[in-house]
Amino acid sequence: MIPEFGNFALMLCLLLAFMQVVIPIAGAQVGKVSWMQIARPTARVQFALILFAFGCLIYAFLSNDFSVRYVAMTSSRLLPIQYKVAAVWGGHEGSILLWLLMLTFWMTAVSIFSKHLPEATLARILGVMGFISLGFLLFILLTSNPFDRLIPAADDGQDLNPLLQDPGMVFHPPMLYMGYVGFSVAFAFAIAALLGGDLDAAWARWSRPWTTIAWVFLTVGICLGSAWAYYTLGWGGWWFWDPVENASFMPWLMGTALMHSLAVTEKRGGFKFWTVLLAIFAFSLSLLGTFLVRSGVLTSVHAFASDPKRGVFILIFLVVVIGGSLALFAWRAPKVGLGGRFSMISRESMLLSNNVLFAAAAGSVLLGTLYPLFLDSLGLGKISVGPPYFDTVFVPVMAPALFLMGIGPLARWKEASLPELAIRLRWAAAVSVVTALVLTWFTEHFSLVVAFGLLLAVWIIVTAGLNLWSRIRPLPDSHFHPLQRLRGLPSSYLGMLVAHLGVAVFIIGITMVKGYEVEKDVQMDFGDSVEIGPYAFKLKGVSAGNGPNYQFQRGDVDVMRNGQFIRTMTPEKRVYLVQRNPMTNAAIDTGFLRDLYVSLGEQVGDATWTVRVYYKPFVDWIWGGCLMMALGGILALADKRYRISKRNDRSLLQAEELA
Amino acid sequence: MKPRSKRFAWILLGLVGVSAATALVLNAFQSNLVFFFTPTQIANKEAPIGHAFRVGGLVEQGSLHRHGTEVSFVVSDTVKSIPVTYVGILPDLFKEGKGVVAEGQLDGQGLFHAKQVLAKHDENYMPPEAAEALKQAGAANAKISKSIVTESGSK
Repeated sequence: MIPEFGNFALMLCLLLAFMQVVIPIAGAQVGKVSWMQIARPTARVQFALILFAFGCLIYAFLSNDFSVRYVAMTSSRLLPIQYKVAAVWGGHEGSILLWLLMLTFWMTAVSIFSKHLPEATLARILGVMGFISLGFLLFILLTSNPFDRLIPAADDGQDLNPLLQDPGMVFHPPMLYMGYVGFSVAFAFAIAALLGGDLDAAWARWSRPWTTIAWVFLTVGICLGSAWAYYTLGWGGWWFWDPVENASFMPWLMGTALMHSLAVTEKRGGFKFWTVLLAIFAFSLSLLGTFLVRSGVLTSVHAFASDPKRGVFILIFLVVVIGGSLALFAWRAPKVGLGGRFSMISRESMLLSNNVLFAAAAGSVLLGTLYPLFLDSLGLGKISVGPPYFDTVFVPVMAPALFLMGIGPLARWKEASLPELAIRLRWAAAVSVVTALVLTWFTEHFSLVVAFGLLLAVWIIVTAGLNLWSRIRPLPDSHFHPLQRLRGLPSSYLGMLVAHLGVAVFIIGITMVKGYEVEKDVQMDFGDSVEIGPYAFKLKGVSAGNGPNYQFQRGDVDVMRNGQFIRTMTPEKRVYLVQRNPMTNAAIDTGFLRDLYVSLGEQVGDATWTVRVYYKPFVDWIWGGCLMMALGGILALADKRYRISKRNDRSLLQAEELA
Repeated sequence: MKPRSKRFAWILLGLVGVSAATALVLNAFQSNLVFFFTPTQIANKEAPIGHAFRVGGLVEQGSLHRHGTEVSFVVSDTVKSIPVTYVGILPDLFKEGKGVVAEGQLDGQGLFHAKQVLAKHDENYMPPEAAEALKQAGAANAKISKSIVTESGSK
C-alpha cells in the first residue's frame, strides 16, 4: 500500500504544479493579487507531497519491499542500512525524485525567505519553478516511476552497485543536486524579471544570495565526488574529464561567472543582459547535465539505464526550457536598458573578462563533451575526447583569469588607472616571481609547468594579502588598530578573499600532483619491498575475511620512511555477494604535504600479488582549496548587508503600499 | 580616447580573444581526438600505425597471460582478433570473455600496445565501443551469409 500512497502523492503534486504555473503567472500579468497569492501555499504543499513520496520510497527500501521494481533493482537484504537509504538515489528513478525533492525544497525556501519581494515578482518566480517541477513530475510519472510494481515480487534485490556502497554515496549526490537545482532559483528570478520587465539592482541583490548558496553546494558536491573517485576507483586520480564530471563542472563554471556578474549588476547596475543570460545558461547546463547523465547516452559509473523514451522526453523538455527562455530573452532584453558606463581598465572590465573566460572554458568543455555524442548519433564513427584535450585547452583559458584575479579586486570601479595599478602591484609581481622560482628550486627537478602553476598561486596569495593590507593598514588620521579594522570588514569581502585564496591552494595542489607524483605498479612476493623516495612499502601478507555483504582479501603493507616504521596500511580487494563483482579499496595515508596510496592488483601466485603504489604530494590541497572556496561563499552569505537590505525593502514596500 | 574608437578597441579586443580561443580549441581538438576501430577494421588495415586510437571487443577465452605486471591478451569481435599488451594493473572488472576497450598504438607487427584498459562498470554493462564492434562484426557476418544466400539464389 505504501508505494501506492507515494504514487498518489506524485499525481496530486502534478495537479498542484500545474496550478502553480498557470494561476500566479496569469495573476501577475493581469494584476490579481488573490491569484498571485496561490503560489506560496502550492509551493509548500508540493514540497510536503514530494517529501512524503520520498519517505514512502525510503520505507520501501528499509522494509525490503522487492515487489517495487526499483527497490528490487538497487537494493538487497544484506545491504547495510545507511546504503539502503543511499540506494534511494542509487538509480535513475530515485535520483530524479531526489532532484524534484530538492526543487520543491528550494521553492519552499523562496516562498519563506522572500517576504520582501513584490507579490507579482514572487508569483512569477514560483510560477517558473512550478513549470520545472511540472516537467519533472511528468517525466517521473510517464517514464521513470520509482513506485512501479514488479509482479511477481523478487525474493531478493539485485543489490546496489558495489562502487556506490560508500559513504560518498550518502553525501555526494544530495549535495550536488542541491547545487544543480539551486541554480533554478537564479534562473526563475531572471525569467521572472524578463516577464515583468524590471531588471534592476534590487533584482540582482535578491538573486545574489540564492546563486551563492547554490554555488556553495555545487562546489562541495563536486569536491566530494572528486575525493570519492580518488579513494574508491583505485587508480588514484582525482579528476578524469569524464563526461559526467564535465556535466557537473559546466554549470559550476557558468555559476561562477554568474556570481561575479551579479556583483556588477548589484553594485553598478551593469551587465544586465549578460547576467540574465548567464543565469539562463547556468541552469540550462544543469538540466543538460541531468539529461546527459540520466538519459543513458553517456557511459560511466553514473549512467544507470538507457531507455530511449526518457532521453527523448528530457531532450524535449530541454528544448522547451532553453529555447523558451532564450526566446523570451531575445524578445524582452532590448527593453532592459544598459547599465552604467565603464572604461577599458576598471573593475567592471576585469570582471567582464573573467566572465568571458569562464564562459569560454565552459564552452570548450561542452564541445569536448558533446562532440563525440554528436558524431555518434549521426553515425559518423566513434571517437573519444580525452584528458589531453581538456588539459591543453583549459590551462591557457584559465591562466589569464587567474592572473586577473590578482588585479581585479584592487582595481577601482568605473575607471582605474593602469600606471597606479602597476605601481601598487609591482612588488607583488616581483615577490611572486621570486617565490615561485625559489620554491621550484627546492623541488627535485625543475619543470616549467610547475613553476608557472606556483607563480599563479603565489600571485593570487600576494595580491590578496596586498588587498587586505590596503583595507586595514594603520592610517595617520585613524585611531583604529589594524586588528580592529579587520574586524570591521564586511564578511562578503572576507569571503571573496578566502575563496580566492582557496583557488590558490587548489592550484598548488594540482600543480604539485601533476608535476611530482610517482606511480609504481609492481609484482610483489610476501616480504618484498618497493621504494618511492624516502618511503619503502613492504607487503607482509594478504589475509581473507568477511564484511557485512562482501568477502575481502586484505593486504598488510608496512610503510617505512628512511627505515623508520610509520604505519601499516591495509588495502582491500572485495567481492560483493550479490553482484559477485570484485572491487578495490585503496589504503591511503593522508598527510598535509603528501598522500601515500596503496591498492591491491591481482593475485598472481600463492604468495604473490601485483600492487600499485602512489606518492602524491599536496593532493589534499586540491579538496582543501575547494572547501575554502565554499567557505568563502558561506562568508559572503553571512554578510550583514542582506539582512539590513531585507528590512529596508520591506519598509520601502510598506511605504509604497501606504501611499 | 573618443567613445567610438573606444568601442572599436573593445570589439577588436573581443574578436582577437575569440579567434585566439577558437584556434586554440580547434588545434587541441585536432591533435587529441581518439578514434575507435574494431578488430575487423584493424585487420583490414584501416587503423593508423603509430597513432593513438581505441579498440574494443571481447577478451578471448584463455588468451590472458601475465609476466609480472606485463599483461597480454587478445581482443576479438568474433570475426577478427588483435593481440594486445599492457603494462600495469588491469581494472577490477576485466575478465576473459567479457567486453573491454583498450587505448594505445599499433606497431608494425600488428601488436597493440595499450596505455589504458577500460572494462565495464557492472555485470550487465558492456562498453558501448565493444558492443559496437560486436554489432558491426555481426552485421558483417549477416552480410556475408546474405550474399552467399543471394548468390546461390541467383543461380
